[in-house]
This record gives sequence, structure tokens and C-alpha cells, in this order.
Amino acid sequence: MATFRIKRFNPEKQPEPYFEEFNLDIPEAATLLDCMNQIKWTLDGSLSYRMSCRSAICGSCAVKSNGHALLACQQQAEHLVDDNDTITLEPLGNMKPIKDLVVDFTPFRDKINQVKPYLEPKDEAPEKERLQSQEEFLIIDDASTCIMCGACYSDCNTLEVDENFLGPAALAKAQRFVGDSRDSKTLQRVQDLSEPGGIWDCTHCGECVERCPKPARPFDRIKEIMTVALENGVHDNNGARHALAFTSSVKRQGILNENLIAPGTMGWFNIPGLLSLIPIGLRMLLKGKIPPIIPHSIEEVDDVKRIFKELDQ
Amino acid sequence: MIEHDVVIVGAGLAGMRSALEVCKELDVAVLTKVYPSRSHSGAAQGGIAASLGNSEPDSWEEHMYDTIKGGDFLNDQDAVEEYVKAAPRIIYELEHMGCVFSRTPDGKIAQRSFGGHSKPRACFSADRTGHAILHALHEQLMKNAKSVKIYNEWYMHSLVVDGDRCNGVVVSNIQTGDVEVIRAKAVIFCTGGYGRVYKITSNAFASTADGVMAAFQVGIPLEDPEFVQFHPSGLYQQGILFSEAARGEGAYLLNGKGERFMETYAPSRMELAPRDIVARAEQSEMDAGRGVNGEDCIHLDLRHLGEARIMERLPQIRQLAIDFLGIDCVTDPLPIQPTAHYSMGGIPIDKEGHVIVDADQTKMQGFFAAGECSCVSVHGGNRLGTNSLLEAVVFGERAGKSVLKYARGKDFGNVNEGQEKAKVLEKFEDIFQRDGSVSYNDIREEMKEIMMTHCGVFRDEEKLKVCIETLKGLQERFKRGKVTDKGKLFNTEIYEIMELGNMLSMAEIIAAAALYRQESRGGHFRTDFPKRDDEKFLHHSLVYDSPDGFVIKTKPVVITKYQPAERTY
Repeated sequence: MATFRIKRFNPEKQPEPYFEEFNLDIPEAATLLDCMNQIKWTLDGSLSYRMSCRSAICGSCAVKSNGHALLACQQQAEHLVDDNDTITLEPLGNMKPIKDLVVDFTPFRDKINQVKPYLEPKDEAPEKERLQSQEEFLIIDDASTCIMCGACYSDCNTLEVDENFLGPAALAKAQRFVGDSRDSKTLQRVQDLSEPGGIWDCTHCGECVERCPKPARPFDRIKEIMTVALENGVHDNNGARHALAFTSSVKRQGILNENLIAPGTMGWFNIPGLLSLIPIGLRMLLKGKIPPIIPHSIEEVDDVKRIFKELDQ
Repeated sequence: MIEHDVVIVGAGLAGMRSALEVCKELDVAVLTKVYPSRSHSGAAQGGIAASLGNSEPDSWEEHMYDTIKGGDFLNDQDAVEEYVKAAPRIIYELEHMGCVFSRTPDGKIAQRSFGGHSKPRACFSADRTGHAILHALHEQLMKNAKSVKIYNEWYMHSLVVDGDRCNGVVVSNIQTGDVEVIRAKAVIFCTGGYGRVYKITSNAFASTADGVMAAFQVGIPLEDPEFVQFHPSGLYQQGILFSEAARGEGAYLLNGKGERFMETYAPSRMELAPRDIVARAEQSEMDAGRGVNGEDCIHLDLRHLGEARIMERLPQIRQLAIDFLGIDCVTDPLPIQPTAHYSMGGIPIDKEGHVIVDADQTKMQGFFAAGECSCVSVHGGNRLGTNSLLEAVVFGERAGKSVLKYARGKDFGNVNEGQEKAKVLEKFEDIFQRDGSVSYNDIREEMKEIMMTHCGVFRDEEKLKVCIETLKGLQERFKRGKVTDKGKLFNTEIYEIMELGNMLSMAEIIAAAALYRQESRGGHFRTDFPKRDDEKFLHHSLVYDSPDGFVIKTKPVVITKYQPAERTY
């Protein structure tokens, strides 16, 4: 017998959410969604959640189980039971709950819309198909597996503090077009995606890759967009400058010289930008967080330089 | 009252493709009870057919003949001809929209073999072709967001009709529970199939006959509802689809003794015979006690394909089997069984997507349909794999074009908003007021069970009569069901109850038509009439509602090029 601890919420009845427990024998080979259905159909019909295909392709049934977003239809319930024989279910994070496990997807969808998620072809359509090599297909294959379930969006650490961030799903969708050999707007796309809220606001925590139920793996796609942006010379923004300053520091000294990263990120001649850093610099000084002023290289710096040289080739 | 020139119900391939056509000139609304990207078209895995000839020379004529033979000669051949001729253009257009396709070494769209097709003509995107097309169309809708209004998570209750003209739909917002009337010059139904009436099914929870029943309730007949396709490879006990592409790539079917039993049933096509034949072969093996471990289970063996090929061509379904059964098809055979998959029958339409109400092709004004909810009939008694995605896109486009022609310059019809709303509100109230004791879940389970055992792969008169009686009993019990959630906010229970009501009626229609058709053809097999009977039954059936029960009429099959011949593989 397992306990399903489910976060209930129905503002028609009471304004605050609460947890309710249901006990259920998990049938053999039952998925989490099977169990949710058992609860709904035999214990409490008022429990609301979304579901449709039950084969991990429609993306309806994403919920948080034991604190992490997943597709309920894709998981064997047995695997989710914790040491107390309990499975805790909550609605997805970073989106507003509507009722029980149902959340409002509007911001998620709006952000996907923002990345111009459609092909802008290079030329007039030919009579037959546009040719695309299998290698070119593979560049966009992973991103195209996204089912818009919202699991990545739910658990994204950046979104938790910055709701302007486009989020992993929208950026993965963007890569699907940035990488498409048939698309004409690559440069425009990477320029737009380098703006605040875009690729450089990702904190690289990798949570979205952990949560993604498909091979879409948003952070991997974000890195690919970053590469395309840098290759196309889209450097004129804090994110790209930060990445380049970081690389150049390690390349030169084999170690990060953090004192150079800040002006490198802001731009050496960006006086207002640099001035804006002074308060934070002072606060760091007071807390003893300022890195050593005199830069030094590591002993094996030549090895690092050799690695960079080989990578360049 | 909400007003749009055109309202499309359903946002799968057919719905979105028709919306892209209509939005060129008119104000269009697309209504879906899920989200467009969550439509069940996305679950289609293996491919979409077209005689591109990218891996072997091919022609529309061969595609046409394969389709008709596959359909056991019940297809309307004029419709099939236009449909297969349109296929290459339709695929190229999808590619131009940005649809992601797997490629040949020279960069063309790759094509593979599929059951019943004599040439490799399934264009595919790994094993998620429906998903790829669904998202490509969805992307185009987002591009045209200014001219298409999408109603996500709205449920369609009924059609608004005035005489022979359709003037809109009555709908409700699932999130708020508010009932609204949408007045429109034309309505297109793209509401999909009704596989959920069966216990073992590949269909989504949303595939519940809402559209077909709304049409039936305003006097429109349903065509060929007895023809339900059982897919040979549903994951054991779950019914989840495991693509025919596995067999297209060379997988074997093995019985409990480890024999490739298709040798007995279809020696020339083996595992790649049409689905009705393979599903029956499996059921026969299981019924004869030759299932795996003596159970209702067959093995699908992919091991000889090797990991590299499986990862390139079938990665998603490999993962599916790992997630759902804990079995990796690279190292072990997969347990499968026939699963209710596709409805060949539906709302009768002509080649242009107009809904017709009789054998004389009389049109219902302002009402159109496309895709699985409709019956045009390109599939006849049995659909070939990869032909359904094609149907959805071809006839979605056609319905869109027809609607433009029809609705251009038309005025809105008269709608009595209060009266229409009241009818639906009463329906809600009726369910809320029931303080019965019967569990809707029990009713649903019993319906699914009886349909599986008595109206499934093999049928006979006795079983069908029991089935119909059982369903009638369930319909009575349905009126005394027990409801828990009486709120308005995202009340999924009330919608499940309404869907169940639709399914109970639909199930009876399927069984009644199956009882009527005393022959075996395509997906409909009567053990008491095991042969096809062209003399008596080479016609479509049209099931009408009447105060005295169902009335079944006939509609001739259009035969142009190919005379019915014996069907062997």
C-alpha cells in the first residue's frame, strides 16, 4: 500500500492549497498516471489533472513528483515510492496553479511564440522537397522531439528568479530553427536570442536536461545556439563578452582572473556599466570576497595553452 | 454570442491544415479540448504515404491499387484516386513549411516499407512522424496567429442547426465551465476517432466520439462504423502503439513456440501484410493457445536489426518499451497484442469535405468534416498504415478550400442563443443533479470489456446481440451515475462523464452495424460469415437514428478502375 500525498487546490472552495493523502495498492506495472486515474475514478472524482495520450508524446500529464517535474504516464509508479512508501504530487512549478495539478500554461506558450517558431525559408519553394543531408537533419532532430510538456520550464532555476527568461523549452524550439539548413534568418535569430532574457541568461545548471522526458535536452540546445552566435560574431552583449573574457583569461593564465571578468563582460569602455559595478564591488570587499588583485598564472600554463591551440585547430 | 466566419473543431492534422487554408481569407476559430500540440495525430509514429519514388520507382496508380486492395474493395475509388494523386504535393508542401523528415543519402525525404504497400512509400521522421507534422502545422498556425483564434481546452457539445443548414456550435470552456454559443457561417469537424470504447486501445483518452455523436444527434448518419481497425502491435496489456515501422524495418512476429506464424496467413507479405490480416493472425494464434506463455500475447522480435539501426530508425518506441515494460527491444523480444487503433467509418463526406446526409450525396449546408472522424471513404474496410496522416492532411486542405468557396459572401444564419445554451446547461444540470450510486468508472470498464470480447477482432451474431444488450443496460445505469465534483473550475470529471455518454452510444452503433453486416471484409470479421459477400454487401452502411432505434441504409461503393478481386497476400 502506497500513500499518494497530493497537493489540492480549488479556489472556488478555499483560497489556500493543502495536501491530501490517498492510499492505493499500486497495481503491477502501473504508471504514475494509471495510479492517478485509479484515485480519480475510485476515490475522489474531483481531483483534476491533464492527460491524453498516455504514451509520452502529447505532453499533457507533466506534474511534480517528489519535487521534480516528470511525465506521469512515462514513469512506473513503483520507482517513485520513497522510503516512507509515499509519492508526493504537486503541480508544475514556475506556472500559476488553476486547480489541483492543473497549471496555467499561458506564459510558457507566449514565450515559445516569441522565438518566431517557424521556418523562414531561404528561397522560393522548389517543385519538390528542399534537400537536406542526414547530417543537417541530425542537427535539428533532437530539438524537434520537444513535446511542450513544460517539465523543463517547471524546474528551471533561472525562471524561479527571473520571469523574463525565455526558458528552456522556447530556447530549444529556437535551436530547431537556428540549426535548420533551410532557414534564412540564422543571424537575426541568434541576435534576438542574445538579448536579455535569452541564451546568456541561462545559469547552466542543467536541471532542464535532467527533467526533459525526450531527447530535446534544452541546455544542450542552448549551448548550440551560443556556439552559432559566437561563430556569427554576435559578441556585442554581456553574455557573449562574459564567455569570451572567461575563455581568454583561462587561455592566458590557465586560471580564472575574476578581476578581469567584470570589465570584460561589461566592455572596457562602457563607463556607465563599469560604474554600476562599484556598489557590488564594495560589498564584496567588505565581505572579503574580492579575489587577489595581483594576477598569477598556474605552473602548467603551457599545457593549457597547448590544449587551446589544439582545440583551435 | 461569439462569432467567427468559420469554426473548426479539433486541432490535429486535419483541423490545423484546414485552418491554414481558411485563414487566408476568413476569420477562423480552432477549438480543441486539449492544445493543438497535444492532439492525437502526434502519436502517429511510422510515416505518411506518398509515391515520391525516393528509394524505389513508384506511381500513384500502385498506391491507389494497394489502398483499394488493402481496404478489401470497399473504398470509393474516385476519392482514392484524387487522394493518392495529391499525396506527393501534400508532402512537399509539408516539407516546405519546415516539417522535419529523415533523409536519404542524397538529401531527399527518406521512405520505408509498410504493411500492404507494395513499394517503400512511407515518408518519415524517425518514429515520430505524426509529431513532426503536427508541430510543423502548429508552427504555421503560430505564424498566422493574427488570423486564427485558438480556443485551447474548450469542449464542443452540440451543433446548431436550422433545417438543412449548420449555423454554429455550442461549446464550453473547460477551465471556467462557461457555456457559449459560437455562431459561424461554416463548421468543420476534425474531431478524430473513438478507439476509447475498447479496453485495449492505442488511442488517447481524448478519442471519445464527441464529434461523430454530435453529428449523429442532429440526424446525420454514420457511415461504415462497423469497420474498426485493430493494430497488430499494441504493447501487451497497455495497448500503447508500437509502430508498424518496426516490421517495416524488418522485425519478426513470433508465437509462443517461436514460429514466424505469418507464413501460414500471408506467405508473400509475411509481417508486412495489411493490419486486419496480421491482427487476425495474431488473435487466431492466441485463441489456439499458441500465444506467448499461453496468454493473449505475441512476440515482436527486433533483435536481428541491431542497436544502430534501432537507434536510428526507432529510438522513441525503444524508449517506450523500456519505460512501460522495462524491456529493451535490442536484447529481448517485445510482448504485444492487437489494439483498437483506427475508425475507418465516421461522418459521411463527399470528396470536397461536405458532410452528406444520404446515399444521394445530399449536402448538409455549412457543415464539413475531415480526418478520422469522417468517412470519405478512402480506406474502405481496412486502412493501410501511413494512409491516415495522408488523409488528414489531404482532406483537411480540401475541406478548408471548400469552406472558403462556401462561406465567401455568406451571411450568418439565425441562431437562438438562449435556447441553444439552455439545452447544454440542462445537460450539465442533469448530470449534477444525479445522486445515484452507480460508479461511472464501472460503467466505462464494462463497456470497454464487452466491446473487446464481443465486438473485437472476431465477431458473431450471438456475441454481438449480447454486446448490444449489455450496452443498453449500461446506458440505463449511466443515468443513475454518481458525480463527485459539482464545481465549475476545471472539472474534468464532468467532461469524462459526457464523453462516456457519447461512447456508450457510439459503441452500440458499432455493434449494430457489425450485426447488420453478415460478411467478413477488411477489419470486420464475422466467424459465422467468414467470407466476403460482394453480392449482398458490396456497399457502405449508413446508420441513422430514429425513435424506434437505429435504421441502417446502404450507399453504393464507387468503383472506377479496379473490380473487386480475391484478396490474398
